[in-house]
Amino acid sequence: MAEFKLPANSRIREGKTHKASTAGGKIRRFRIYRYDPETGENPRLDTYELDAERTGPMVLDALIRIKNEIDPTLTFRRSCREGICGSCAMNIDGTNTLACTKGLDEIDGDVTVYPLPHQEVVKDLVPDLSHFYAQYASVKPWLRTETPTPPDRERLQSKAERDLLDGLYECILCACCSTSCPSYWWNSDRYLGPAALLQAYRWIADSRDEATGERLDELEDPYRLYRCHTILNCTATCPKGLNPGKAIAEIKRCIVERNI
Amino acid sequence: MQTKNNRPLSPHLTIYRPQITSVLSISHRISGVLLALAAVLLVWWLSALAVGPDYFATVQVALGSGLGRIVLFFMTLAVFYHLCNGIRHLVWDTVHGFELEAIRRGGQIVVAAAVALTVVVWLIAYLGRG
Repeated sequence: MAEFKLPANSRIREGKTHKASTAGGKIRRFRIYRYDPETGENPRLDTYELDAERTGPMVLDALIRIKNEIDPTLTFRRSCREGICGSCAMNIDGTNTLACTKGLDEIDGDVTVYPLPHQEVVKDLVPDLSHFYAQYASVKPWLRTETPTPPDRERLQSKAERDLLDGLYECILCACCSTSCPSYWWNSDRYLGPAALLQAYRWIADSRDEATGERLDELEDPYRLYRCHTILNCTATCPKGLNPGKAIAEIKRCIVERNI
Repeated sequence: MQTKNNRPLSPHLTIYRPQITSVLSISHRISGVLLALAAVLLVWWLSALAVGPDYFATVQVALGSGLGRIVLFFMTLAVFYHLCNGIRHLVWDTVHGFELEAIRRGGQIVVAAAVALTVVVWLIAYLGRG
């Protein structure tokens, strides 16, 4: 059942303000969600001021600079800094995206940064994605076959068959889409969410996979698949420009087609 | 939802910027609820007809009052929004119109069509009174 209010331990308080050390120049304000598991106090929103001209172009550049120069306790995940690892997924300026590919010039005014929505927070901007990964594993994201592997070659695919995987295989599992979905917020215990469903469709669409029937059986469920109400926040937010909403519609069509 | 380890739940509804996608989706749900209420109103109106001319006249006055007309206006809007957006959902069910631009434009068309149809119905109603 949807619970719209945050639990008492999750309500956000006003936090500290770190003023810019250097006067003059263009100042950019960052409003960042903080939670410290050591104290166990409620989360707070800290304010940091940065000299905009001396900061790199991306939100991640600003976060790294804050951590290096102002507050080393600020905690976030990051790795590749080029939108391929998915580590720095967070809610920036009200929508989910990757801090490393979100330009500061795309944001007007203060830059607000929260962890991915409706997730358990481990610390600051780090959510616990164990459940999200378990849901990914539950769609069995590997090639499932009945026939023996050809002894002298790979399982081949025509160019047209391979083309069907474009727009699916590029998903980096950053969780931006799933955590942007209101249906996932209210039902993530049973609804798989757009990311896991896009991955499920990636294997349904694969001409080499021989478990399409079982895959559809496993998805044909009022919650696992059909909690998708085509809201499409997923497609609107995907930082890789993929289309989870469309992939889910394809699964629904596959199920209808085999039933008629 | 209380989390284990006493970890806080990150904010969601209050911090996510309203999207044309989510706003139109929840509007579809709300207009659907309004239509259920409109059905009750319709039954009330029809059963008043069965009760007799005096009671029917009372109901007519209530529905024709300023407040009654405002209610009926929004019911009309709910009918047309739910209808138009329902057609949009049917198109999506055929796996068409999922490009980001099509999603945005489709949403704008649905809202414009719902408003236009509502205005047309009310114009006809007012002009038809003579």
